[in-house]
Amino acid sequence: MKTMKEVDVVLVGGGWTGGILGKEFSEAGMTVVCLERGGPQSSSEDFTVPRMRDELALGQRHAMMVNTVDNTETIRNDVKQTALPYRRLGSYLMGTGVGGASTHWNGHTWRWDDSELKIRSRYEEKYGRKYIPEDMTIQDWGVTYAELEKYYDKFEKVAGISGKAGNIKGRKVAGGNVYEAPRSSDYPLPPLQPGLAGELFSETAQKMGYHPFPRPTANTSQSYTNPDGAKFGECQYCGHCERFGCEANAKGGAHMTVLPAALKQKTFELRANSWVTRVERDKSGRKATGVTYLNTITGEECFQPAKMVVLCAYGMNNVHLMLASGVGTPYDPVSGKGLIGKNYCYQTGAAAMLFFEDKHFHPYMAAGGMGMLIDDFHANWDFDRTPHGFIGGSIIGTAMYGGRPIQWRPVPAGTPAWGSKWKEETAKWYDQSMNIAASGSVMPNRYNYLDLDPTYRNRFGMPLMRMTFDYKDNERKLSAHAADVINRIATAMNPTHLTRAAGRTNWSSVPYQSTHNTGGTIMGTNPGNSVTNKYGQVWEVDNLFITGASLFPHNSAYNPTGPVAALAYMAADMIKNVYVKNPGKLIDA
Amino acid sequence: MSDTTEKTPRRAFLIKSLVGAAGAAGAAAMPLSAAAQAAAPAMPAATTPAAAPAAAAGAAAGYEWLRPGEQAFVEALVNHLCPADKLSPGGVDMGLNIFFDRSLAGAWGQGDRLYLQGPFAKGTPSQGYQLGMTPAALFRAGTEGFTEYVFSTEGKGFDVLPAEARETLLKDLQAGKIALPNGVPSQPYFAQLLQMFYEGMFADPIYGGNRDKMAWKMIGYPGVNTTNKLNIVKFRNKPYRPQPMGIADLS
Repeated sequence: MKTMKEVDVVLVGGGWTGGILGKEFSEAGMTVVCLERGGPQSSSEDFTVPRMRDELALGQRHAMMVNTVDNTETIRNDVKQTALPYRRLGSYLMGTGVGGASTHWNGHTWRWDDSELKIRSRYEEKYGRKYIPEDMTIQDWGVTYAELEKYYDKFEKVAGISGKAGNIKGRKVAGGNVYEAPRSSDYPLPPLQPGLAGELFSETAQKMGYHPFPRPTANTSQSYTNPDGAKFGECQYCGHCERFGCEANAKGGAHMTVLPAALKQKTFELRANSWVTRVERDKSGRKATGVTYLNTITGEECFQPAKMVVLCAYGMNNVHLMLASGVGTPYDPVSGKGLIGKNYCYQTGAAAMLFFEDKHFHPYMAAGGMGMLIDDFHANWDFDRTPHGFIGGSIIGTAMYGGRPIQWRPVPAGTPAWGSKWKEETAKWYDQSMNIAASGSVMPNRYNYLDLDPTYRNRFGMPLMRMTFDYKDNERKLSAHAADVINRIATAMNPTHLTRAAGRTNWSSVPYQSTHNTGGTIMGTNPGNSVTNKYGQVWEVDNLFITGASLFPHNSAYNPTGPVAALAYMAADMIKNVYVKNPGKLIDA
Repeated sequence: MSDTTEKTPRRAFLIKSLVGAAGAAGAAAMPLSAAAQAAAPAMPAATTPAAAPAAAAGAAAGYEWLRPGEQAFVEALVNHLCPADKLSPGGVDMGLNIFFDRSLAGAWGQGDRLYLQGPFAKGTPSQGYQLGMTPAALFRAGTEGFTEYVFSTEGKGFDVLPAEARETLLKDLQAGKIALPNGVPSQPYFAQLLQMFYEGMFADPIYGGNRDKMAWKMIGYPGVNTTNKLNIVKFRNKPYRPQPMGIADLS
């Protein structure tokens, strides 16, 4: 084993949070090494045209995603089943390489408010303690919107978010999301164009008394220079965001903002092709000494000593690393004891397809964050959940991100799957159809969790992580409700044909649904209910920190990047201003 | 006159016009640390987009991987799934048989990005693909089983059956009603055939199918033409059918 030179901080993962912390720490004079398991990537070499228009390679065969041959998970719907490998990517797509998921995301960026961050206390207060099912392990996060606001604001400016504010310092703004929590300033860029589908949806939703607004997203509606001087191009609505890199730097990502800024510092080093396999600790088990990683080019095992270790990998990989390193106690669903792997959550949803004889939607004129939405059944705290019997909610709107034809070829129900009739209907409706889709929250359940698989291993001999997950009653009710709202709006839009939305009942790993896997190393108020405090500091190893959505005690209908980034900025502030001067527990509990 | 002198300015022009006002990709090219740069040339295949097969549009369409019996089967299959009609030529004239051949011969067919460690178990439908076979192996074994089944029930090969008989057989395969004699489960086998058919129709022509962008023309997909900031306003709710462009047109 080769031992590298000791640094102040080692960051595991070179995506959004690795980039954010790398920049903040190195600018504060700390020595930082960022270890990225995948290869180097840059807009000028990797995300070039015409390569980035290859739907087969990137959209269908997942060239930018992790290769399951290197690492995957095993999956099952309940504890009685034998988990089997997620052999081929489907339901969720984890990225790899410098920039991580920020290179191939769609860009949707939300501010989660206190209806999420104080979920248990707010539901108990409004609906009573008995409204929360016994096996639903929701808890307050230990952080508030007021604490996160300035960090949300900072991230929106760094990542170049386009959107329309609905609440500036308490003043409601029509056309924005009137249900959002007060923000100190508007988005740095105006919203994207809604597209015809968005316009039609908005018109009807408004007539029905709802409050449509444009989706906030990191696709830049105009050219833009962020506060650090990073230059963004202007989005051309090319329809190649999710699963693709942007050749025009018109999609905010770590690889073209925070990472290049960090790399300007002499004290920051980004080491790609470095696959971390363990967090190492001293004999007491209460101090991290660094990480062991594999140089995937030479095959050599290396030890990177550091005064502080921060896990910045994709959420599930943070959990995997904690389990593989034996830090903390793995969660046991039978006893309810242990915390690593607890509260794994996902997302649910529903979708309808609408066909119009007299409309032309041009589904390929699109951006990853294009669309008009309503938040009337999610952030709207006045929406009474009692008749529906669920906790959480759905955001509902148009979701047309590219019209790439291997994946997007809607035809009315009853159309044959091949032959002349199939061709005729495919040709007829390709340009004349639109969707309405919901993204729904998922609450933690005692029997949904992550642990190590007893049988299967990755390419490096590490046990795969095992995912035990299914939608429970709460999610079934929520998804059925979303489908009902979608169908009411869709019917009111009077399409020629309508493929109605249906609620999801069980989770399948096969069709793509969402890459918003959360939980597993949750944050909270004390070591009895959480792995870390609100700064991501691991209670029992105080020089080990965690960032990312593995900290989330539950999952929202919103996409996770907003709070992922805001929590990372808050942790960075606390670490460089308080922790380094006096290393130790940041919160006594 | 050499090709390059003509192609380079055209390519530069095309790329510039496609990237449009957005600015060149190099605007924020990231300087990597020395270590990362040193690492770059040996980047593992996992992070590299699958290389396009050698068969560019219009290239010789000989078979690389399919055996003669499989060639006859695939040709009959793609001509059945995509019959010649007023919308497009038949599947073979669309290059779909060549798409099948190149896909199965290439990285995807040979199991790149497919975790194939055992033990193997059938699992539940929600656990997805659980066979211990690469796509190429599944194709080969499935086609062997299907060919044997068709001969035993029809007395001849799939490729010489009338369209009605082919249609019934494919629907039975899809519905899992056919037990292939060699034990290959019929549904994943058929699902793979159908997936390859759709991919061959609509993938970029560099992969051998979608010849002359005919499937894109059929539905009105513009291919690599993707500078739409102005088009989205100009063609709002109006027909718009530009000549599509593919990767080879820009390379």
